[in-house]
Amino acid sequence: MTAITGQKDEKRGQTARRRNTLMPSRLTIALFLLPAFLLYTIFMIYPLVQALIFSTFEFNGLVRGAFVGLQNFEQLFTRYPISEQLPRAFVHNVYFFIGTMLIQNTLGLLFAVLLHRPRFGKRFFRVVFTLPYLISPLVVGYLWSLMLNPLFGPVNATLRNLGLGSLARPWLGDPATALPVVILVNAWMWVGFPMLLFGAGLAGIEDDLREAARIDGASNWQIFRWIEFPLLTPVIGIVTVLTFIGNFNAFGIVWALGGVDGTPAGATDVLGLVFFRTAFRGGADAFGLASALAVLMFLFIFTVSVLVQTWFRRLESRMQ
Amino acid sequence: MRALKIPKFTFTGIGTNGLLIVYAAVVLIPMFIVVTNTMRPTREIYREPIGLPSTINFDSYVTAWGEANFSLYFMNSMVITVSSVTLATAAASLAGYILGRYDFRGSRFFSSFFVAGLTLPFRLAIVPLFLLLNSLGLIDNRIGLILVYAATGIPFSVFILSAFFRQLPQELSEAARIDGANEFVIFSRVMLPLVRPALATVAIFQFVPLWNDFFFPLILLRSTDKWTLPVGMTRFFGEFQTDWSTLFAGLVITTLPLVVLFLSATEQIISGLTAGVRK
Repeated sequence: MTAITGQKDEKRGQTARRRNTLMPSRLTIALFLLPAFLLYTIFMIYPLVQALIFSTFEFNGLVRGAFVGLQNFEQLFTRYPISEQLPRAFVHNVYFFIGTMLIQNTLGLLFAVLLHRPRFGKRFFRVVFTLPYLISPLVVGYLWSLMLNPLFGPVNATLRNLGLGSLARPWLGDPATALPVVILVNAWMWVGFPMLLFGAGLAGIEDDLREAARIDGASNWQIFRWIEFPLLTPVIGIVTVLTFIGNFNAFGIVWALGGVDGTPAGATDVLGLVFFRTAFRGGADAFGLASALAVLMFLFIFTVSVLVQTWFRRLESRMQ
Repeated sequence: MRALKIPKFTFTGIGTNGLLIVYAAVVLIPMFIVVTNTMRPTREIYREPIGLPSTINFDSYVTAWGEANFSLYFMNSMVITVSSVTLATAAASLAGYILGRYDFRGSRFFSSFFVAGLTLPFRLAIVPLFLLLNSLGLIDNRIGLILVYAATGIPFSVFILSAFFRQLPQELSEAARIDGANEFVIFSRVMLPLVRPALATVAIFQFVPLWNDFFFPLILLRSTDKWTLPVGMTRFFGEFQTDWSTLFAGLVITTLPLVVLFLSATEQIISGLTAGVRK
């Protein structure tokens, strides 16, 4: 290292020509790119493109049959039981998304605002609130299924000890409470994520703005409502899109809380589980149907993400 | 500003601190219950779900580690995750170096080609991926899973590493070149050591989701002796249904490596999570 840095000054005059004279040969460039390119193209891009093609073919087990046009797509909406499970799972995903926006992301924003101001134990709270994010979604699900167990679960035990025994119930066994519980457990896991994103957004807002408002007599709430919140619009957009993508891909956490079939009575069934069952618990033609479902899910998630992003960008430009 | 019409609303110090402390309890108490219950016999947990262990007893860990095969799952998870992260980081640093340092014909295309993978819902490609691995004889094979995982790590790693390589001063590589070093030597001896912090970030950010992933091993691995922790967990929760003490120990064993990782690299993880927001 010292030898190299020692020569630095002498050679500085040559830097201007670097693009032409020092460009590595094509072979060198290719060799550097090759490992990443091969891995990524063979195991990621190629299967994604194939999913599109497979959705229009008939399958018999692992063997691809004839081209069938849109028949697989039609089957998704006409063949029982998937024709019933698919719309139900879709609705659950929509509830999941709305619930997460209202509970998890609102809490995340609140924590970000509270922890942005100088405060004792700021770092401690930030670390603690982010901690559950590290745990595997599956482990989080199993952890809470034990916590919420009707007989031996600490949650019901606590309620009974507090004299609120009438509130104790089989949280995950009752179709009325199962999905809300999934939303809450998921929020417990992820709340640190919007908190950190909003926190970074708040840190990017110039303190001069807050100071000026404070001198004008604005309260903390007014500063938040009229200065910080509007300036957070781009971050709210990012959080909304990421929440949407995350919720529509949910798998491990729902599996651990409600099993592969979304028990009780399909109350926690979501698209991720339907997709898995269609592909790997279906009949001989499962792979064609699953590919069609994959294409639909991709189109839906992609379109909505783009729309949400465009909407937030327009909102942002209108404010300027 | 219409602000004057808004009723004055300020959180008192006590109120906000109270809220933060209550939520910290909501996060920490379940974790505390999990850890304390690993040290209590199941009979005791059934009688009183929350309580401090009367004796310090690690039998549940012994049962989970041995009888419930967690030693096996743990080793599989470790081998698969570490190999995937190493492979992806090595491949991505080569590509990130050449894309970050040189403007050659096609460099823009390759950059956006790799970055596109950040937004693709890869799991939806599981059917073609399954058939591809099947035709290569890589179903129920740890190498198959490692290759898939490494591929998923490429977009993020290339993106981050090429940005870091781009920032390094040009003079360093020129000096080495004049000393007669070829491109690979410049890369590995001069440039790579300088992006070590970025390599750490990239490695951590691949490690966590791969260690936690349940979807791919569930589908791509069949025999129990190849299972990773999350898949092993599903069988474990069926088999040890009535042995809560061991169930709790299983949760702890699965999560422990990540807690260690988090506590030793908190700043890197938090700054990486917010990388998309800071400009």
